[in-house]
Amino acid sequence: MKSIIAAAAALSLLVAPAVAEQSVKIGFVTTLSGPAGVIGKHMKDASTLALDMLGGKIGGLPATIVYGDDQFKPDVGRQVSEEMLQRDKVDFMTGFIWSNVLLASYQPIIRSGVILIGANAGPHELAGAMCASNYFSASWQNDQTPEAMGKFMNDQKMNDVYLMAPDYAAGKDMVNGFKRYFKGKVAAEVYTKPGQSDYQVEISQIRQAAPKALFIFLPGGMGIQFVKQYAQSGLRDQIPLYSAFTVDETTLPAIGDAAAGNYEVSFWSPDLDNPRNKQFVAAFRAKYHYMPSYYAAQSFDAINMIDAAVKAVKGNLADKQGMIAAIDKADFPSVRGAFKYGPNHFPIENFYLLKIVKDADGEYVRKIQSTIFADHADAYASECKMK
Amino acid sequence: MQDEVAFGGGLLNLLPRPMGAAMTAVLEQLLNGAQFGVMLFLMAAGLTLIFGIMNLINLAHGSLYMAGAYVAAATFAASGSFLLALLAALAAAVALGAAIEIVVFRTLYDREHLDQVLATFGLILFFNELVRMIWGATALYMQVPAFLAGHVELLSGSPYPTYRLAVIGAGLAVALLLHLLIARTRIGMLIRAGASNRAMVDALGVNVTLLYTLVFALGAALAAFAGAMAGPIFTVESGMGESVLILAFVVIVIGGIGSLRGAFVAALLVGIVDAMGRAFLRPLLASFMSHATADNAGPALASMLIYILMAAILLIRPQGLFPPRGR
Repeated sequence: MKSIIAAAAALSLLVAPAVAEQSVKIGFVTTLSGPAGVIGKHMKDASTLALDMLGGKIGGLPATIVYGDDQFKPDVGRQVSEEMLQRDKVDFMTGFIWSNVLLASYQPIIRSGVILIGANAGPHELAGAMCASNYFSASWQNDQTPEAMGKFMNDQKMNDVYLMAPDYAAGKDMVNGFKRYFKGKVAAEVYTKPGQSDYQVEISQIRQAAPKALFIFLPGGMGIQFVKQYAQSGLRDQIPLYSAFTVDETTLPAIGDAAAGNYEVSFWSPDLDNPRNKQFVAAFRAKYHYMPSYYAAQSFDAINMIDAAVKAVKGNLADKQGMIAAIDKADFPSVRGAFKYGPNHFPIENFYLLKIVKDADGEYVRKIQSTIFADHADAYASECKMK
Repeated sequence: MQDEVAFGGGLLNLLPRPMGAAMTAVLEQLLNGAQFGVMLFLMAAGLTLIFGIMNLINLAHGSLYMAGAYVAAATFAASGSFLLALLAALAAAVALGAAIEIVVFRTLYDREHLDQVLATFGLILFFNELVRMIWGATALYMQVPAFLAGHVELLSGSPYPTYRLAVIGAGLAVALLLHLLIARTRIGMLIRAGASNRAMVDALGVNVTLLYTLVFALGAALAAFAGAMAGPIFTVESGMGESVLILAFVVIVIGGIGSLRGAFVAALLVGIVDAMGRAFLRPLLASFMSHATADNAGPALASMLIYILMAAILLIRPQGLFPPRGR
């Protein structure tokens, strides 16, 4: 009797892993409720589209994406991540809009050995001292994008610029990135409450300070509120507004006229001219009837990176090193065009100047004006001692 | 290190350039504070009446504020008329308030405060989920009505958004009406009597059941009015009532529970202290500590300021600024 049980147990041990490895499960953490819910919608739609275009398969294996709502709260994000690791037994983790949510969820994921692909946030800690072999960014390091705006405004010989960002990890990164390339006078640095929706007090302060220009990083609902209130205050004609991650495809439908003619910076734009991007934007618009944002582009790329990794190891999900080596080559069709990974697993990529203009349909879109940085690496790679 | 030098004259930043500009800065922040204050008053007025008269802790008051904002945003988007949106929000809130009072609260009056807190907290969860089911999880954005868009040159060289002035005006007008209602009418007399001694009002043969429903509906209408006017300023989202609710509780505790006058004074106080803290605390701190420390401490301290104010006032006057007589 005992031997039969033992044999059955041995048999099930043989069978179980084989069954488990028949499919790929991807945990996707993003914000699906509240004012930032629209960002999560872009990311969810894009990752669903990516999986659809792969025929529902990752590296030839049937695949599912498990979505979790972090509610823009670090503690909730960590809890959702741990649930995905332990209950859902995911093979990959991706998503993460917010740097503070990613920082809170990072250690349990990295310790578990699961490969983590950040599809938006890029806090400097993770590009430097806290870098890890099983973590990649499909987007950028936080500082890089505002660095491009800093360089542009510096090249324009602007001076006396007022800086404003939310008081959380990415807010500080953005301001530091801007100042790394902007050598003129900074009028003031103001940090506001994350998720704040009324900016009248801050707008009054800006009026009093009377700077020559304003640079803000206020993603999601914060940006919608600020840009509209800024236009209402009548300051917009006196103090020009420059931004990063603020006026984009997630916020433009709500902001509208209040941002016409504004400048932004990004590593990607819907009008970026390469075949893969055209295919992505067309498929996305056909399926969802709205314009994809960089949040969508990064999520689309993240799923395709995972697909390339699983293909490279021929579906052997136990071969983590093989998959890491494959992702590191960045050998997949990215919507941003070809790019390389730096030693800290952050992309070395181009950054463009964008302008908010009306397209042929009368909709506001972001249009590429020029390339500010070509093959731009982040400032923290040298601090990364990858094991 | 060079930052410290640049910001060494932080105190001078407080008084920028000519004194006129500094005055404008302070006046503008006073207006911002007053605008936030009158909205808090509309929330706190209902809360303090309900608590004072019915001795009921209603955590779901924020849900009525949220309901007002959602109904207003939806009506405004559908009809394009802001006045219609306000009316719809008020009507919906009065109906909703009366319904909640009859269905839920009548069984709670004789229960302990803890039971009331639990039941009304349940209502918060219920309503947050309900709006998610009706309007979706993503936030709604309400436009400022066209006739109130733009700005007014209030002080020379300092345009102020018209909508915000209208909010201050409407809030003050409602406060005045409420004062007249409470001080000059028969129903107001009953409300005042109820706040002082509920048992005696009941014993004198007043239909307390009806009075309670009326007061509750009035409180709901005030909350919905605040919510509807907040729509274009804040984002309309599930759970938007909670942050305001906490501040409204701070207001009624500072003002004295059950006192409308106290709620009015405390609401303006909280609004103005909040605005001043956000505007001037960081430059003030930067005048005697390093720039980086002030950047960290300023916003943190500014968000704590009203709670520090509450603690200080309670230390001196444990019953609040204007405790109602007879208790």
